[in-house]
Amino acid sequence: MRLNRREFIKLSGLLTAGGFLTPALLSGCASQRLPGTGQVTATPTVCDICFWKCAGTVYAEDGQPWKVVGNPDDPHSTGRLCTRGTGGIGAYTDRDRLKQPLLRVSEGGRQTFKPVSWEEAFDFIAGRMQSIAQQHGNDRLALLSHGSGGKHFERLLKAFGSHAYAHPSFAQCRGPREVAFALTYGEGVGSPDRTDMEHSRCVVLIGSHIGENLHNGQVQTLAEAINKDATLITVDPRFSVAAGKSKYWLPIKPGTDMALLLAWMNVLINEGLYDRDYVERYTVGLEQLTRHVQPFNPEWAYLETGLAPKLIRDTAHAMAASAPATLVHPGRHVTWYGDDTQRERAIAILNALLGSWGRKGGFYSQEKVDLPAFPVPKPPRPATDWKQIVQPEFPLSPTGVSQKIVEACAGPEAHFKGLFVYGTNLPHTIPAIKPTLETAADSLDLLVVIDTMPAEITGYADVVLPECTYLERYDGLRNSPERVPSLALRMPAFKPRHETKPAWWMAKQLAGRLQLEKYFPWHDYADTLDWQLRQVGSSLEEMQKIGVKRFPRKTPMYFSTGQDIRFETPSGKIELYSETLAEYGHDPLPRYTAPDKRPEGYYRLNYGRGPAHTFGRTTNNPLLFELMPENAVWINPRVARQWQLKNGDYVQLKNQDGVVSNRVRVRVTERTGPNAVFMIHGFGHTAKGLRLATGVGADDAGLMTSVKVDPIMGGTGMRANFVTFVKA
Amino acid sequence: MARYAMVIDTKTCIGCGDCVVACKTENKVPAGLNRDWVVEATRGTYPDLTTEFRSERCNHCSHATCVYTCPTGASHYWRDSNIVLVDAAKCTGCKACIAACPYDARLIMHPDGYIDKCTFCHHRVEQGLDPACVSSCPTRCMHFGVLDDPGSHVSRLLKSRTYKVLLSETGNQPNVYYLI
Repeated sequence: MRLNRREFIKLSGLLTAGGFLTPALLSGCASQRLPGTGQVTATPTVCDICFWKCAGTVYAEDGQPWKVVGNPDDPHSTGRLCTRGTGGIGAYTDRDRLKQPLLRVSEGGRQTFKPVSWEEAFDFIAGRMQSIAQQHGNDRLALLSHGSGGKHFERLLKAFGSHAYAHPSFAQCRGPREVAFALTYGEGVGSPDRTDMEHSRCVVLIGSHIGENLHNGQVQTLAEAINKDATLITVDPRFSVAAGKSKYWLPIKPGTDMALLLAWMNVLINEGLYDRDYVERYTVGLEQLTRHVQPFNPEWAYLETGLAPKLIRDTAHAMAASAPATLVHPGRHVTWYGDDTQRERAIAILNALLGSWGRKGGFYSQEKVDLPAFPVPKPPRPATDWKQIVQPEFPLSPTGVSQKIVEACAGPEAHFKGLFVYGTNLPHTIPAIKPTLETAADSLDLLVVIDTMPAEITGYADVVLPECTYLERYDGLRNSPERVPSLALRMPAFKPRHETKPAWWMAKQLAGRLQLEKYFPWHDYADTLDWQLRQVGSSLEEMQKIGVKRFPRKTPMYFSTGQDIRFETPSGKIELYSETLAEYGHDPLPRYTAPDKRPEGYYRLNYGRGPAHTFGRTTNNPLLFELMPENAVWINPRVARQWQLKNGDYVQLKNQDGVVSNRVRVRVTERTGPNAVFMIHGFGHTAKGLRLATGVGADDAGLMTSVKVDPIMGGTGMRANFVTFVKA
Repeated sequence: MARYAMVIDTKTCIGCGDCVVACKTENKVPAGLNRDWVVEATRGTYPDLTTEFRSERCNHCSHATCVYTCPTGASHYWRDSNIVLVDAAKCTGCKACIAACPYDARLIMHPDGYIDKCTFCHHRVEQGLDPACVSSCPTRCMHFGVLDDPGSHVSRLLKSRTYKVLLSETGNQPNVYYLI
């Protein structure tokens, strides 16, 4: 073989094996140094990679970011962060971060973003806000936000006279369960979830994929339940990770969960397996419920769900055997089929029959620290009731419905003239919102996007404000309800990179230009944290050292035997039958509606989370990208054979309305059934600025053109979509 | 000789990859390389299925073929233990160890010019800490300790539970155990 220069270089590794040592290799070797032997610094943080908000410690070595690990005193993380939190450093090092404020300008007939100074950006925003107020009124601004810093903009807009805001975590995620549990028990489940899984003897997961959904406390407590040999029952058409750990996996026909829940109630009631004392003492409506569920025996449910009657009975018996330490988990992302509040009501009722609310191994009562807010003036009363104007059809929704706010921004007659979007990538978050968002971007006088990354939403903005990451800023103290009340501090571990700034600073600067300084009476936001901490016997100085401080509980975690309890419902009882729902024209008891039929040659689009990512928020994080750079579409082997698709092939997905996705890899796996495909959400970015994530994988949200809106609270049901395959 | 072992409970491993990211940040592993990884093995036909997740890495074998194969002595046992390390200064990058490792546990090439691998985080073990992967695992499915002490947590786990090792037939005597 003749060696040319190119091949010679390629082979040099082999030649050195023969005894040649190149100086380059030798000098490289000298740098092998053990981690942690340099100058190490440690700074407390509260993770912001998802919204579980685990407390941890950020380490730097010789001034370089090193690692983030959990704080052992933290009840959310017990010293262990999840995959994404461990990869948090990547949010800081990401080369694609937003770097300076951007202003939309027209240059040569084309619109483009011009990097501007903070002063220029603020002057522009304040000017537009004032002109909106003059022309239309002070109440014409809205906020869509997801994340810690959003509340600074909420304060700003309220001070200005605009009270409208929404978090997509309501109408696109947890809303149905919060409303359903509030209707039933007078209070919601909350976040972190008040599930007492570590003490459960039986856990029932309904489409909830804990383990792939990596909410830390949920994962840890489920693992604890498994270690204690709790009976795990998982209802999911897909063989989820949790299904693989379960004693009973119920591979249900998609969309028929309600039929199963009704059948379980039927068995518990008709066989007298419900908690009689609890139900008698605390609930109303058993009589109506008993009549209601009579037709729905396991034989009836079999025809809907495809689950054998014996399996339905056996699992009902297993649930009753462990009650009240049986948790029928309410799930988190539950906006599926449009009847989601009713399905969550069925879950709430089932838990009541098992007597698990307020009981060990079911749902515990949470407590947070009684922490006074830093004193600021009350905002002016709004001129109008924005909910009446924007979402009059959802009187039972306690908060903003995000897509309704976007709708109220779109068109010349729209109510809102200005919109602030904080930390939420709307086109990938709200299904089928793109056309409305485009109209809104045209008609709004002001659209401000505050983010750390150049996600798709920034492309719609007039002004983009680059926030520094959680590793570079102070935020409000974490005071989440938990088993143990605790406070946790997030503080800057590193100096903000580029021109980025924290949200509190941006809001204060804008307030200064709008004569609203009195609502931001501090020089440095950290001063307010110190004031708050001093009210509860701590200080900023102490928290900078310890990161997390626990406080004693003042109330019991569970109901005591025979305790008199008044629930915050109209009847003061747990409402199996809901008069409120009846009053507002909804079913007072949950009813089953069969799901849409699958069109011939199409497969139901199932989606969920993967442990490596917090949907699109992290897909460009270099550490997490490396762990999972792209998503795949899971296809059952029988279906794959039929379509002649092989593992690793690329396909495009076409939905029932003809929308075609970006190309996506095929993963042939038995873990999805022959009627449905599955994808992990958060991929298929199109924003050019996300250099790692753009064009990689497919976006499931783009395929969700059929949206089933929940008539009770406005949730956007996303599981009524079907796809077929187009060869890429 | 101290015999360090890792015991991983497949009953609670969810395949989340936290161990992979924790290793990567702790040990500053260069982009594109990993010292540990997660394997998913699904068996059966829908709906009769089982899935096993395994966090895999160097097995720190008691009879490590990589150590015996290494022509320069770069691959060696750390302080009379079974922890296999690579001395970068002695490594010529010949890759004999890669060929000798039945677990494919060695990185192709560190950019600084040596073959890199899992160290069981001996720099942490020295301080009485668990390896980074073990101490990050959110389900606490990973355990670390010495097998010489019959009372150690890992010894007791292996006495009370059914377990397996990977490729025991090689005679390498691996020290990463999987509880099943």
